[in-house]
Amino acid sequence: MNTIFSIGVDALAYGMVLFVISIGLSVTMGLMRVVNLAHGAFAMIGGYIASYAAQSLGLGYAAAVLLAVAGTIIIAIPIERVLYRRIYGQPELTQVLMTIGVTFMIIGIANYVFGPTLKTIPLPDELRGSVNLGFRSIATHRVFAIVCGLIVAAALWYAIEKTAFGIKLRAAVDNAAMAAALGVRTEVVYAVSFAVAVGLAALGGVVGAELLPVEPYYALRYMVTFLVVVSVGGAGSIPGALVACLLLGAIDTAGRYLMPEFGEFFFYLAVIAIVWVFPRGLAGGRGA
Amino acid sequence: MSPALDEMPLAKGSRSLRSDLIGIAALLALAALGFLLFPDNLALLTRIIAIALLVLSVDLVTGICGVATLGQAALFGAGAYAAGIGAAHYGITDPLLMVLAGIAGGAIAGLICGIVILRAHGLPQLVLSIALIHLFHELANKTTSWTGGSDGLSGISPGPLLDMFTFDLWGRTAYVFAVVLLIAVFILLRILVRSPFGMLCRGIREDPVRVRAMGASPHATLVKMYVISGAVAGVGGALSAITTQVVGLDSLSFTLSAEALVMLVLGGAGSLYGALAGTVIFMLFEDFVSAANPFHWLTMVGALLVAVVLFAPKGLYGTAEDLLLRWKGKAP
Repeated sequence: MNTIFSIGVDALAYGMVLFVISIGLSVTMGLMRVVNLAHGAFAMIGGYIASYAAQSLGLGYAAAVLLAVAGTIIIAIPIERVLYRRIYGQPELTQVLMTIGVTFMIIGIANYVFGPTLKTIPLPDELRGSVNLGFRSIATHRVFAIVCGLIVAAALWYAIEKTAFGIKLRAAVDNAAMAAALGVRTEVVYAVSFAVAVGLAALGGVVGAELLPVEPYYALRYMVTFLVVVSVGGAGSIPGALVACLLLGAIDTAGRYLMPEFGEFFFYLAVIAIVWVFPRGLAGGRGA
Repeated sequence: MSPALDEMPLAKGSRSLRSDLIGIAALLALAALGFLLFPDNLALLTRIIAIALLVLSVDLVTGICGVATLGQAALFGAGAYAAGIGAAHYGITDPLLMVLAGIAGGAIAGLICGIVILRAHGLPQLVLSIALIHLFHELANKTTSWTGGSDGLSGISPGPLLDMFTFDLWGRTAYVFAVVLLIAVFILLRILVRSPFGMLCRGIREDPVRVRAMGASPHATLVKMYVISGAVAGVGGALSAITTQVVGLDSLSFTLSAEALVMLVLGGAGSLYGALAGTVIFMLFEDFVSAANPFHWLTMVGALLVAVVLFAPKGLYGTAEDLLLRWKGKAP
């Protein structure tokens, strides 16, 4: 019972971290139709900046988070302007190559600048203890991660469903050419959503650093995890991504707890099984 | 990505035969040149040939059939482990039998990967290929009694080739063996690519719906191609196991898969010559850069990749061919 409860809490926290990181990927993929393998690399950059800010500059946790989000966006925007612009509308293979090239470069540079060791982001005292629920206690950091995920989900839902920008965004996702013809400045929509996506990736990278440790090969190690969230949840779908994240979080965490030896093996097996059953994503229905 | 001119079918039969003979002669000449120029570094050249077989196998599914995969090393590693386990655990040390074991291992892995990967299209397809290579990697990592796990599989001691030529310390036998294997595979693939089956595969890349309307099954054809590609990658894996006498987990890694795709695109996808050219250039570049500065190796690969996508989207071979055609077109 105790194990089931801990698995449940960890799975929920892990799923929420995955959601914060991947939802930006999902939205940009639905919007710009770019297979962006470098998304995890942006989350990693966020983690590194926060770690640097907290360890070397001695900033507080909140300041480190803000600096990480802002810094990652500032790093990502020139990459989008110079490189990503060229591959919009190109064949998939081209996009894969370009973004994997960007990922390799970021990994190499991170390895060179920060070294191959794990980086930690020290938690403030408020997040270190545990919360007493009366019958059980949960690590505060897990609660924090879950709350972050819920806030991001709610804020995105509100922004996409209820605001004028959301209407433009949805129009551009459905038919970019038609939206542009009706006076939506799609390049602004693209730029803003790319920035938000990268910022969320950085936020997820920092908040999730306890669960997904920051090291140079972070970007490759979790690439398949982030991509599978999008391909299972369906590009651009918030509920789809949420369900996919919770599902993957549960599978991965349960695997680690119950079969630590073969955890990763079963995780990848489960990924293949899920994509096999839903080759067009959960929203797209079962394949023929 | 239009097919290279010399790979157009049937009509120009005698001309393409001539260009094939020239191509094979050029390969032999290059191989001999390598032997003369780098007598102390034959191990590197042999390694290049093993990887070239992997890249050719990627070309079969990605360049010819248009299936993007980041998991091709699964087929290469399966061939390497099949040959290695046969030799280390069952005493099958005849090099030709080891190659056969590699072909079988690669083809079976190709069948499995093909069936799984072809289940989806687009992004989910890519995800499946990445998940597969990680799955194979984990499997080899955990079944230590068979594969040696992260220590690698050692204890492979191939016997003399055809009972006559032992594998010497300088790797001369290994190099000649590798060149012969490569030429044999290359000739078979030239025939395959130009056969009706090869044209059907190209047709599927261009327009699967139309191929289906013509009465052919794209899925069955692609699975067949995956098995063939697995056999080719398996030859490469077996060659690597025979010549290095060890099989490591890195032969089943995502990085190797990604690098194979990089080499293919660097040379030019869809053309067998492009695959070979890309492998040779990339591997020599790797040898040079990683010796000069191992820290920046991955950064350089990334930069190279971005540069190829931006400036030579058809690959070096494809771009060179275009330039040559344009030059020929201008000259009367």
